[in-house]
Amino acid sequence: MDKYLTLLSFGNEGWGDEILWGVVITISLALVTLPLGLFIGFLIALAKQSSEWSLRTAADVYTTIFRGLPELLTLFLVYYGLQIGLQQGLNAIGAQTSVEINSFAAGVVALALVFSSYASEVFLSAFRAIPKGQYEGGYALGIRPRKVMRLIILPQLVRIALPGLGNLWMILLKDTALVSAIGLTDILRQTGVAARVTKEAFLFFGLAFLLFLALALLSSVALTRIEAYGKRSEQAR
Amino acid sequence: MTSVIDAYAPSEPAPPVPPRPWTRSRIAGVLIMAFWIAAGAGLIFYLAAAWDSDKVARYGPRLFSGLQTTLALVGISVVAGAILSVPVALGRLSKNPVFSRLAFGYVYLFRGTPLIAQLFLIYYGLGSFRPQLEAVGLWVFFRDAWNCAVFAFSLNTAAYQAEILRGAIESVPTGQWEAAKALGLSRLQTFRKIILPQALIVALRPYGNELILMIKGSAIVALVTVLDLMGETRRAFSRTYDFQVYIWAAVFYFVIVEALRNIWNALEARLTRHLVR
Repeated sequence: MDKYLTLLSFGNEGWGDEILWGVVITISLALVTLPLGLFIGFLIALAKQSSEWSLRTAADVYTTIFRGLPELLTLFLVYYGLQIGLQQGLNAIGAQTSVEINSFAAGVVALALVFSSYASEVFLSAFRAIPKGQYEGGYALGIRPRKVMRLIILPQLVRIALPGLGNLWMILLKDTALVSAIGLTDILRQTGVAARVTKEAFLFFGLAFLLFLALALLSSVALTRIEAYGKRSEQAR
Repeated sequence: MTSVIDAYAPSEPAPPVPPRPWTRSRIAGVLIMAFWIAAGAGLIFYLAAAWDSDKVARYGPRLFSGLQTTLALVGISVVAGAILSVPVALGRLSKNPVFSRLAFGYVYLFRGTPLIAQLFLIYYGLGSFRPQLEAVGLWVFFRDAWNCAVFAFSLNTAAYQAEILRGAIESVPTGQWEAAKALGLSRLQTFRKIILPQALIVALRPYGNELILMIKGSAIVALVTVLDLMGETRRAFSRTYDFQVYIWAAVFYFVIVEALRNIWNALEARLTRHLVR
Protein backbone atom coordinates (compact mmCIF):
# COMPACT_ATOMS: atom_id res chain seq x y z
CA MET A 1 0.00 0.00 0.00
CA ASP A 2 2.81 2.38 0.99
CA LYS A 3 4.51 1.62 -2.29
CA TYR A 4 1.48 2.81 -4.22
CA LEU A 5 1.15 5.97 -2.15
CA THR A 6 4.79 6.77 -2.84
CA LEU A 7 4.22 6.22 -6.54
CA LEU A 8 1.29 8.61 -6.54
CA SER A 9 2.91 11.21 -4.30
CA PHE A 10 4.13 14.60 -5.47
CA GLY A 11 7.86 14.96 -5.68
CA ASN A 12 10.81 13.15 -7.11
CA GLU A 13 9.89 9.53 -6.53
CA GLY A 14 6.17 10.04 -7.06
CA TRP A 15 4.27 10.69 -10.27
CA GLY A 16 1.58 12.89 -8.74
CA ASP A 17 2.93 16.20 -10.01
CA GLU A 18 3.54 14.89 -13.54
CA ILE A 19 0.02 13.50 -13.74
CA LEU A 20 -1.47 16.68 -12.29
CA TRP A 21 0.31 18.58 -15.06
CA GLY A 22 -1.31 16.17 -17.52
CA VAL A 23 -4.72 17.03 -16.05
CA VAL A 24 -3.95 20.73 -16.53
CA ILE A 25 -2.98 20.09 -20.17
CA THR A 26 -6.14 18.08 -20.84
CA ILE A 27 -8.41 20.70 -19.30
CA SER A 28 -6.70 23.63 -20.98
CA LEU A 29 -6.80 21.86 -24.35
CA ALA A 30 -10.55 21.36 -23.99
CA LEU A 31 -11.08 24.93 -22.73
CA VAL A 32 -9.10 26.46 -25.59
CA THR A 33 -10.87 24.34 -28.18
CA LEU A 34 -14.35 25.12 -26.87
CA PRO A 35 -14.70 28.82 -27.79
CA LEU A 36 -12.96 28.28 -31.13
CA GLY A 37 -15.20 25.33 -31.98
CA LEU A 38 -18.33 27.17 -30.85
CA PHE A 39 -17.45 30.21 -32.96
CA ILE A 40 -16.72 28.21 -36.12
CA GLY A 41 -19.74 26.01 -35.50
CA PHE A 42 -21.98 29.07 -35.18
CA LEU A 43 -20.68 30.52 -38.44
CA ILE A 44 -21.22 27.19 -40.19
CA ALA A 45 -24.76 27.03 -38.83
CA LEU A 46 -25.42 30.55 -40.15
CA ALA A 47 -24.05 29.49 -43.53
CA LYS A 48 -26.22 26.38 -43.55
CA GLN A 49 -29.41 28.37 -43.27
CA SER A 50 -28.37 31.04 -45.72
CA SER A 51 -30.61 31.64 -48.72
CA GLU A 52 -27.50 31.40 -50.87
CA TRP A 53 -27.10 27.96 -52.45
CA SER A 54 -23.30 28.03 -52.73
CA LEU A 55 -22.82 29.00 -49.10
CA ARG A 56 -25.14 26.21 -47.91
CA THR A 57 -23.33 23.63 -49.99
CA ALA A 58 -19.93 24.83 -48.84
CA ALA A 59 -21.00 24.48 -45.21
CA ASP A 60 -22.46 21.02 -45.86
CA VAL A 61 -19.19 19.89 -47.43
CA TYR A 62 -17.33 21.01 -44.30
CA THR A 63 -19.58 19.04 -41.96
CA THR A 64 -19.61 15.96 -44.16
CA ILE A 65 -15.82 15.84 -44.28
CA PHE A 66 -15.09 16.33 -40.62
CA ARG A 67 -17.89 14.11 -39.39
CA GLY A 68 -16.84 11.35 -41.78
CA LEU A 69 -13.20 11.08 -40.70
CA PRO A 70 -12.03 9.39 -37.52
CA GLU A 71 -10.90 11.96 -34.94
CA LEU A 72 -7.52 10.28 -34.64
CA LEU A 73 -6.98 10.49 -38.39
CA THR A 74 -8.01 14.16 -38.44
CA LEU A 75 -5.45 14.76 -35.73
CA PHE A 76 -2.70 13.02 -37.70
CA LEU A 77 -3.70 14.79 -40.91
CA VAL A 78 -3.48 18.16 -39.18
CA TYR A 79 -0.29 17.37 -37.29
CA TYR A 80 1.77 15.75 -40.05
CA GLY A 81 -0.02 17.49 -42.92
CA LEU A 82 0.58 21.01 -41.61
CA GLN A 83 4.15 20.12 -40.77
CA ILE A 84 4.92 18.71 -44.22
CA GLY A 85 2.96 21.43 -45.99
CA LEU A 86 4.71 24.25 -44.14
CA GLN A 87 8.08 22.58 -44.60
CA GLN A 88 7.60 22.28 -48.33
CA GLY A 89 6.31 25.82 -48.53
CA LEU A 90 9.37 27.13 -46.70
CA ASN A 91 11.72 25.01 -48.80
CA ALA A 92 10.07 26.35 -51.92
CA ILE A 93 10.88 29.93 -50.95
CA GLY A 94 14.39 28.88 -50.05
CA ALA A 95 14.25 28.90 -46.25
CA GLN A 96 16.44 26.25 -44.61
CA THR A 97 14.72 25.98 -41.23
CA SER A 98 13.04 22.77 -40.19
CA VAL A 99 9.46 23.19 -39.08
CA GLU A 100 8.08 21.64 -35.95
CA ILE A 101 4.37 22.12 -35.31
CA ASN A 102 3.38 22.59 -31.71
CA SER A 103 1.36 19.50 -30.80
CA PHE A 104 -0.93 21.56 -28.56
CA ALA A 105 -1.83 23.83 -31.47
CA ALA A 106 -2.34 20.85 -33.77
CA GLY A 107 -4.59 19.27 -31.14
CA VAL A 108 -6.64 22.45 -30.79
CA VAL A 109 -7.07 22.80 -34.55
CA ALA A 110 -8.06 19.16 -35.11
CA LEU A 111 -10.46 19.05 -32.16
CA ALA A 112 -11.98 22.39 -33.16
CA LEU A 113 -12.60 21.10 -36.70
CA VAL A 114 -14.45 18.06 -35.37
CA PHE A 115 -16.24 19.95 -32.60
CA SER A 116 -17.42 22.75 -34.89
CA SER A 117 -18.90 20.37 -37.45
CA TYR A 118 -21.01 18.71 -34.77
CA ALA A 119 -21.79 22.02 -33.07
CA SER A 120 -23.07 23.48 -36.34
CA GLU A 121 -25.77 20.80 -36.43
CA VAL A 122 -26.78 21.59 -32.85
CA PHE A 123 -26.95 25.32 -33.61
CA LEU A 124 -28.85 24.66 -36.81
CA SER A 125 -31.58 22.69 -35.09
CA ALA A 126 -31.75 25.36 -32.40
CA PHE A 127 -32.15 28.03 -35.09
CA ARG A 128 -35.02 26.06 -36.57
CA ALA A 129 -36.72 25.92 -33.17
CA ILE A 130 -36.93 29.73 -33.01
CA PRO A 131 -40.09 31.01 -34.68
CA LYS A 132 -39.78 33.41 -37.60
CA GLY A 133 -41.95 35.90 -35.73
CA GLN A 134 -39.05 36.61 -33.39
CA TYR A 135 -37.01 38.02 -36.29
CA GLU A 136 -40.02 39.80 -37.77
CA GLY A 137 -40.93 41.35 -34.44
CA GLY A 138 -37.42 42.67 -34.12
CA TYR A 139 -37.41 44.12 -37.64
CA ALA A 140 -40.86 45.64 -37.08
CA LEU A 141 -39.43 47.52 -34.11
CA GLY A 142 -36.75 48.91 -36.41
CA ILE A 143 -33.86 46.99 -34.90
CA ARG A 144 -30.96 46.28 -37.23
CA PRO A 145 -30.50 42.64 -38.33
CA ARG A 146 -27.20 42.30 -36.50
CA LYS A 147 -28.75 43.57 -33.28
CA VAL A 148 -31.80 41.32 -33.75
CA MET A 149 -29.40 38.39 -33.89
CA ARG A 150 -27.44 39.50 -30.84
CA LEU A 151 -30.23 40.72 -28.59
CA ILE A 152 -33.22 38.59 -29.56
CA ILE A 153 -32.16 35.41 -31.29
CA LEU A 154 -28.87 34.53 -29.60
CA PRO A 155 -30.16 34.44 -26.00
CA GLN A 156 -32.94 32.05 -27.02
CA LEU A 157 -30.61 30.06 -29.24
CA VAL A 158 -28.12 29.44 -26.44
CA ARG A 159 -30.86 28.19 -24.16
CA ILE A 160 -32.19 25.75 -26.75
CA ALA A 161 -28.75 24.58 -27.82
CA LEU A 162 -27.36 24.08 -24.31
CA PRO A 163 -28.19 20.39 -23.80
CA GLY A 164 -26.75 19.48 -27.20
CA LEU A 165 -23.66 21.59 -26.61
CA GLY A 166 -23.26 19.97 -23.21
CA ASN A 167 -23.12 16.55 -24.86
CA LEU A 168 -20.55 17.87 -27.32
CA TRP A 169 -18.44 19.17 -24.44
CA MET A 170 -18.43 15.69 -22.90
CA ILE A 171 -17.38 14.22 -26.25
CA LEU A 172 -14.69 16.87 -26.61
CA LEU A 173 -13.33 16.05 -23.17
CA LYS A 174 -13.06 12.40 -24.14
CA ASP A 175 -11.54 13.19 -27.53
CA THR A 176 -8.72 15.16 -25.89
CA ALA A 177 -7.28 11.79 -24.84
CA LEU A 178 -6.33 11.20 -28.47
CA VAL A 179 -3.69 13.95 -28.44
CA SER A 180 -1.46 11.66 -26.40
CA ALA A 181 -0.84 9.93 -29.75
CA ILE A 182 0.98 13.00 -31.12
CA GLY A 183 3.10 13.37 -28.02
CA LEU A 184 1.20 15.99 -26.05
CA THR A 185 1.71 15.34 -22.34
CA ASP A 186 -1.93 15.00 -21.36
CA ILE A 187 -3.39 12.69 -18.70
CA LEU A 188 -3.09 9.55 -20.79
CA ARG A 189 0.44 10.29 -21.95
CA GLN A 190 1.74 11.02 -18.45
CA THR A 191 0.09 7.99 -16.89
CA GLY A 192 1.38 5.89 -19.80
CA VAL A 193 4.94 7.06 -19.16
CA ALA A 194 4.53 6.38 -15.44
CA ALA A 195 3.13 2.93 -16.20
CA ARG A 196 6.05 2.05 -18.44
CA VAL A 197 8.68 3.26 -16.00
CA THR A 198 7.20 1.75 -12.84
CA LYS A 199 5.67 -1.36 -14.42
CA GLU A 200 2.48 -0.60 -12.49
CA ALA A 201 0.26 -0.38 -15.56
CA PHE A 202 -3.05 -1.09 -13.88
CA LEU A 203 -2.49 1.46 -11.14
CA PHE A 204 -1.68 4.29 -13.53
CA PHE A 205 -4.11 3.52 -16.32
CA GLY A 206 -6.77 2.98 -13.67
CA LEU A 207 -5.88 6.41 -12.34
CA ALA A 208 -6.23 7.91 -15.83
CA PHE A 209 -9.63 6.22 -16.14
CA LEU A 210 -10.76 7.66 -12.80
CA LEU A 211 -9.42 11.12 -13.64
CA PHE A 212 -11.43 11.20 -16.86
CA LEU A 213 -14.45 9.94 -14.95
CA ALA A 214 -13.98 12.70 -12.38
CA LEU A 215 -13.77 15.31 -15.14
CA ALA A 216 -16.97 13.93 -16.68
CA LEU A 217 -18.75 13.99 -13.31
CA LEU A 218 -17.59 17.53 -12.65
CA SER A 219 -18.73 18.63 -16.09
CA SER A 220 -22.14 17.07 -15.76
CA VAL A 221 -22.67 18.81 -12.40
CA ALA A 222 -21.58 22.12 -13.91
CA LEU A 223 -23.73 21.60 -17.01
CA THR A 224 -26.80 20.84 -14.92
CA ARG A 225 -26.25 24.11 -13.07
CA ILE A 226 -25.75 26.09 -16.26
CA GLU A 227 -28.88 24.60 -17.79
CA ALA A 228 -30.88 25.42 -14.67
CA TYR A 229 -29.52 28.97 -14.84
CA GLY A 230 -30.53 29.20 -18.49
CA LYS A 231 -34.03 27.99 -17.70
CA ARG A 232 -34.59 30.26 -14.73
CA SER A 233 -37.13 32.35 -16.61
CA GLU A 234 -39.22 29.31 -17.48
CA GLN A 235 -39.84 28.25 -13.90
CA ALA A 236 -43.42 28.27 -12.69
CA ARG A 237 -44.30 31.53 -11.04
CA MET B 1 -62.03 38.56 -79.91
CA THR B 2 -60.05 41.41 -78.42
CA SER B 3 -61.10 42.27 -74.94
CA VAL B 4 -61.65 45.74 -73.66
CA ILE B 5 -58.61 45.47 -71.47
CA ASP B 6 -56.37 44.66 -74.41
CA ALA B 7 -57.62 47.69 -76.19
CA TYR B 8 -56.82 49.99 -73.32
CA ALA B 9 -53.66 48.32 -72.06
CA PRO B 10 -52.01 46.12 -74.65
CA SER B 11 -50.24 43.13 -73.06
CA GLU B 12 -46.50 43.42 -72.69
CA PRO B 13 -43.88 40.79 -72.03
CA ALA B 14 -42.92 40.25 -68.38
CA PRO B 15 -40.13 42.53 -67.21
CA PRO B 16 -36.70 40.89 -67.33
CA VAL B 17 -35.56 39.10 -64.17
CA PRO B 18 -33.11 41.41 -62.43
CA PRO B 19 -29.61 39.92 -62.12
CA ARG B 20 -28.95 38.23 -58.79
CA PRO B 21 -27.06 40.77 -56.69
CA TRP B 22 -23.59 39.95 -55.41
CA THR B 23 -24.44 39.99 -51.74
CA ARG B 24 -21.79 39.34 -49.14
CA SER B 25 -23.06 35.83 -48.51
CA ARG B 26 -23.00 35.04 -52.23
CA ILE B 27 -19.41 36.21 -52.50
CA ALA B 28 -18.45 34.18 -49.43
CA GLY B 29 -20.29 31.12 -50.74
CA VAL B 30 -18.67 31.25 -54.15
CA LEU B 31 -15.23 31.80 -52.62
CA ILE B 32 -15.57 28.90 -50.19
CA MET B 33 -16.99 26.63 -52.88
CA ALA B 34 -14.07 27.61 -55.10
CA PHE B 35 -11.75 26.71 -52.24
CA TRP B 36 -13.38 23.29 -51.81
CA ILE B 37 -13.28 22.57 -55.51
CA ALA B 38 -9.66 23.67 -55.70
CA ALA B 39 -8.83 21.54 -52.65
CA GLY B 40 -10.58 18.52 -54.15
CA ALA B 41 -8.86 18.98 -57.49
CA GLY B 42 -5.54 19.51 -55.75
CA LEU B 43 -6.07 16.33 -53.77
CA ILE B 44 -6.82 14.29 -56.88
CA PHE B 45 -3.87 15.87 -58.67
CA TYR B 46 -1.58 15.17 -55.71
CA LEU B 47 -2.69 11.56 -55.44
CA ALA B 48 -2.26 11.08 -59.18
CA ALA B 49 1.16 12.74 -59.20
CA ALA B 50 2.38 10.82 -56.14
CA TRP B 51 1.09 7.49 -57.51
CA ASP B 52 3.95 5.04 -57.22
CA SER B 53 3.21 1.56 -58.51
CA ASP B 54 5.93 0.03 -56.32
CA LYS B 55 4.45 1.46 -53.15
CA VAL B 56 0.91 0.69 -54.27
CA ALA B 57 1.87 -2.93 -54.98
CA ARG B 58 3.53 -3.22 -51.60
CA TYR B 59 1.20 -1.24 -49.34
CA GLY B 60 -2.10 -1.37 -51.22
CA PRO B 61 -2.94 -4.97 -50.23
CA ARG B 62 -1.88 -4.19 -46.67
CA LEU B 63 -4.29 -1.27 -46.48
CA PHE B 64 -7.04 -3.53 -47.77
CA SER B 65 -6.27 -6.18 -45.19
CA GLY B 66 -6.28 -3.41 -42.58
CA LEU B 67 -9.68 -2.36 -43.85
CA GLN B 68 -10.93 -5.91 -43.38
CA THR B 69 -9.52 -5.94 -39.85
CA THR B 70 -11.34 -2.71 -39.06
CA LEU B 71 -14.63 -4.02 -40.41
CA ALA B 72 -14.24 -7.36 -38.60
CA LEU B 73 -13.39 -5.60 -35.34
CA VAL B 74 -16.38 -3.30 -35.56
CA GLY B 75 -18.71 -6.08 -36.73
CA ILE B 76 -17.81 -8.46 -33.92
CA SER B 77 -17.85 -5.74 -31.24
CA VAL B 78 -21.16 -4.27 -32.31
CA VAL B 79 -22.87 -7.68 -32.34
CA ALA B 80 -21.32 -8.69 -29.01
CA GLY B 81 -22.23 -5.28 -27.60
CA ALA B 82 -25.81 -5.64 -28.82
CA ILE B 83 -26.16 -8.96 -26.99
CA LEU B 84 -24.56 -7.54 -23.85
CA SER B 85 -26.68 -4.38 -24.01
CA VAL B 86 -29.95 -6.27 -23.51
CA PRO B 87 -29.40 -7.20 -19.84
CA VAL B 88 -27.96 -3.72 -19.18
CA ALA B 89 -30.98 -2.01 -20.73
CA LEU B 90 -33.34 -4.29 -18.80
CA GLY B 91 -31.41 -3.42 -15.65
CA ARG B 92 -31.81 0.30 -16.40
CA LEU B 93 -35.57 -0.25 -16.84
CA SER B 94 -35.88 -2.48 -13.79
CA LYS B 95 -37.78 -1.23 -10.77
CA ASN B 96 -35.34 -3.06 -8.51
CA PRO B 97 -32.96 -0.33 -7.26
CA VAL B 98 -30.01 -2.75 -7.08
CA PHE B 99 -30.26 -3.74 -10.73
CA SER B 100 -31.03 -0.27 -11.99
CA ARG B 101 -28.14 1.32 -10.08
CA LEU B 102 -25.72 -1.37 -11.19
CA ALA B 103 -26.76 -0.86 -14.80
CA PHE B 104 -26.56 2.92 -14.42
CA GLY B 105 -23.08 2.63 -12.94
CA TYR B 106 -21.95 0.45 -15.82
CA VAL B 107 -23.32 2.85 -18.40
CA TYR B 108 -21.86 5.90 -16.67
CA LEU B 109 -18.45 4.28 -16.31
CA PHE B 110 -18.17 3.44 -19.98
CA ARG B 111 -19.81 6.57 -21.38
CA GLY B 112 -17.97 8.94 -19.07
CA THR B 113 -14.45 7.90 -20.02
CA PRO B 114 -12.62 7.87 -23.35
CA LEU B 115 -12.62 4.59 -25.23
CA ILE B 116 -8.86 4.89 -25.56
CA ALA B 117 -8.45 5.01 -21.76
CA GLN B 118 -10.61 1.88 -21.47
CA LEU B 119 -8.56 0.13 -24.13
CA PHE B 120 -5.26 1.02 -22.44
CA LEU B 121 -6.59 -0.05 -19.06
CA ILE B 122 -7.55 -3.44 -20.45
CA TYR B 123 -4.59 -4.04 -22.73
CA TYR B 124 -1.73 -2.66 -20.63
CA GLY B 125 -3.40 -2.57 -17.22
CA LEU B 126 -4.44 -6.20 -17.08
CA GLY B 127 -0.80 -7.11 -17.66
CA SER B 128 -0.27 -6.25 -13.99
CA PHE B 129 -2.44 -9.24 -13.08
CA ARG B 130 -0.64 -11.69 -15.29
CA PRO B 131 -0.01 -14.36 -12.57
CA GLN B 132 -3.65 -14.26 -11.45
CA LEU B 133 -4.95 -14.34 -15.02
CA GLU B 134 -2.60 -17.21 -15.85
CA ALA B 135 -3.93 -19.10 -12.84
CA VAL B 136 -7.49 -18.92 -14.17
CA GLY B 137 -6.37 -19.46 -17.75
CA LEU B 138 -7.53 -16.08 -19.07
CA TRP B 139 -4.07 -14.77 -19.87
CA VAL B 140 -4.11 -16.48 -23.28
CA PHE B 141 -7.07 -14.26 -24.14
CA PHE B 142 -5.84 -10.95 -22.74
CA ARG B 143 -2.31 -11.39 -24.05
CA ASP B 144 -3.49 -10.62 -27.54
CA ALA B 145 -4.10 -6.99 -28.53
CA TRP B 146 -6.88 -7.98 -30.93
CA ASN B 147 -8.81 -9.81 -28.18
CA CYS B 148 -8.38 -6.88 -25.81
CA ALA B 149 -9.63 -4.48 -28.47
CA VAL B 150 -12.70 -6.61 -29.18
CA PHE B 151 -13.32 -6.94 -25.43
CA ALA B 152 -12.98 -3.19 -24.72
CA PHE B 153 -15.05 -2.19 -27.75
CA SER B 154 -17.82 -4.64 -26.90
CA LEU B 155 -18.08 -3.38 -23.33
CA ASN B 156 -18.02 0.22 -24.54
CA THR B 157 -20.62 -0.12 -27.26
CA ALA B 158 -22.79 -2.22 -24.95
CA ALA B 159 -23.11 0.79 -22.64
CA TYR B 160 -24.08 3.10 -25.52
CA GLN B 161 -26.43 0.57 -27.09
CA ALA B 162 -28.10 -0.09 -23.73
CA GLU B 163 -28.97 3.61 -23.53
CA ILE B 164 -30.32 3.55 -27.08
CA LEU B 165 -32.42 0.49 -26.34
CA ARG B 166 -33.70 1.92 -23.06
CA GLY B 167 -34.67 5.21 -24.64
CA ALA B 168 -36.42 3.42 -27.47
CA ILE B 169 -38.39 1.10 -25.17
CA GLU B 170 -39.39 4.04 -22.98
CA SER B 171 -40.55 5.94 -26.05
CA VAL B 172 -43.33 3.41 -26.66
CA PRO B 173 -46.43 4.78 -24.92
CA THR B 174 -47.71 2.93 -21.85
CA GLY B 175 -51.07 2.54 -23.58
CA GLN B 176 -49.49 -0.11 -25.78
CA TRP B 177 -48.65 -2.19 -22.70
CA GLU B 178 -52.12 -1.63 -21.25
CA ALA B 179 -53.89 -2.52 -24.48
CA ALA B 180 -51.89 -5.74 -24.75
CA LYS B 181 -52.73 -6.57 -21.16
CA ALA B 182 -56.40 -5.94 -21.81
CA LEU B 183 -56.19 -8.40 -24.72
CA GLY B 184 -54.77 -10.99 -22.35
CA LEU B 185 -51.24 -11.15 -23.81
CA SER B 186 -48.43 -12.22 -21.52
CA ARG B 187 -45.63 -9.76 -20.71
CA LEU B 188 -43.13 -11.60 -22.87
CA GLN B 189 -45.54 -11.73 -25.80
CA THR B 190 -46.30 -8.04 -25.39
CA PHE B 191 -42.64 -7.16 -25.30
CA ARG B 192 -41.65 -9.32 -28.26
CA LYS B 193 -44.58 -8.69 -30.58
CA ILE B 194 -45.78 -5.20 -29.67
CA ILE B 195 -43.17 -3.15 -27.84
CA LEU B 196 -39.93 -4.28 -29.47
CA PRO B 197 -40.98 -3.73 -33.12
CA GLN B 198 -42.02 -0.18 -32.33
CA ALA B 199 -38.97 0.47 -30.18
CA LEU B 200 -36.53 -0.79 -32.80
CA ILE B 201 -37.85 1.67 -35.36
CA VAL B 202 -37.14 4.50 -32.94
CA ALA B 203 -33.72 2.99 -32.23
CA LEU B 204 -32.79 2.60 -35.89
CA ARG B 205 -31.19 6.01 -36.36
CA PRO B 206 -29.22 6.01 -33.10
CA TYR B 207 -27.99 2.50 -33.91
CA GLY B 208 -26.72 3.74 -37.26
CA ASN B 209 -24.95 6.64 -35.55
CA GLU B 210 -23.40 4.26 -33.06
CA LEU B 211 -22.14 2.02 -35.87
CA ILE B 212 -20.51 5.02 -37.57
CA LEU B 213 -19.02 6.18 -34.28
CA MET B 214 -17.58 2.70 -33.75
CA ILE B 215 -15.98 2.65 -37.19
CA LYS B 216 -14.41 6.04 -36.53
CA GLY B 217 -13.49 5.14 -32.96
CA SER B 218 -11.90 1.86 -34.02
CA ALA B 219 -8.95 3.83 -35.45
CA ILE B 220 -7.47 3.98 -31.95
CA VAL B 221 -6.69 0.25 -31.89
CA ALA B 222 -3.71 1.21 -34.04
CA LEU B 223 -2.19 2.58 -30.82
CA VAL B 224 -2.18 -0.89 -29.22
CA THR B 225 -0.45 -2.56 -32.18
CA VAL B 226 -3.56 -3.95 -33.90
CA LEU B 227 -3.00 -3.54 -37.63
CA ASP B 228 -6.36 -2.18 -38.71
CA LEU B 229 -6.70 0.39 -41.49
CA MET B 230 -5.17 3.07 -39.27
CA GLY B 231 -2.46 0.70 -38.04
CA GLU B 232 -1.40 -0.29 -41.54
CA THR B 233 -1.45 3.37 -42.52
CA ARG B 234 0.82 4.36 -39.66
CA ARG B 235 3.18 1.50 -40.45
CA ALA B 236 3.35 2.43 -44.11
CA PHE B 237 3.95 6.09 -43.17
CA SER B 238 6.73 5.22 -40.74
CA ARG B 239 8.47 3.19 -43.48
CA THR B 240 8.04 5.54 -46.43
CA TYR B 241 7.46 9.00 -44.92
CA ASP B 242 5.01 9.42 -47.77
CA PHE B 243 2.08 11.51 -46.64
CA GLN B 244 -0.26 10.13 -49.28
CA VAL B 245 -0.97 6.99 -47.24
CA TYR B 246 -2.78 9.17 -44.71
CA ILE B 247 -4.78 10.74 -47.52
CA TRP B 248 -5.69 7.30 -48.83
CA ALA B 249 -6.73 6.18 -45.35
CA ALA B 250 -8.90 9.29 -45.07
CA VAL B 251 -10.50 8.47 -48.41
CA PHE B 252 -11.19 4.89 -47.29
CA TYR B 253 -12.73 5.94 -43.98
CA PHE B 254 -14.73 8.65 -45.65
CA VAL B 255 -16.13 6.27 -48.27
CA ILE B 256 -17.09 3.67 -45.65
CA VAL B 257 -18.79 6.20 -43.40
CA GLU B 258 -20.65 7.90 -46.23
CA ALA B 259 -21.72 4.57 -47.74
CA LEU B 260 -22.96 3.39 -44.37
CA ARG B 261 -24.83 6.63 -43.79
CA ASN B 262 -26.59 6.39 -47.14
CA ILE B 263 -27.38 2.70 -46.71
CA TRP B 264 -28.80 3.48 -43.31
CA ASN B 265 -30.94 6.32 -44.67
CA ALA B 266 -32.31 4.01 -47.36
CA LEU B 267 -32.92 1.28 -44.79
CA GLU B 268 -34.75 3.70 -42.53
CA ALA B 269 -36.88 5.00 -45.37
CA ARG B 270 -37.75 1.43 -46.33
CA LEU B 271 -38.56 0.26 -42.80
CA THR B 272 -40.65 3.29 -41.89
CA ARG B 273 -42.60 3.48 -45.16
CA HIS B 274 -45.80 2.44 -43.34
CA LEU B 275 -45.49 5.53 -41.15
CA VAL B 276 -45.44 7.97 -44.07
CA ARG B 277 -48.77 9.52 -44.85
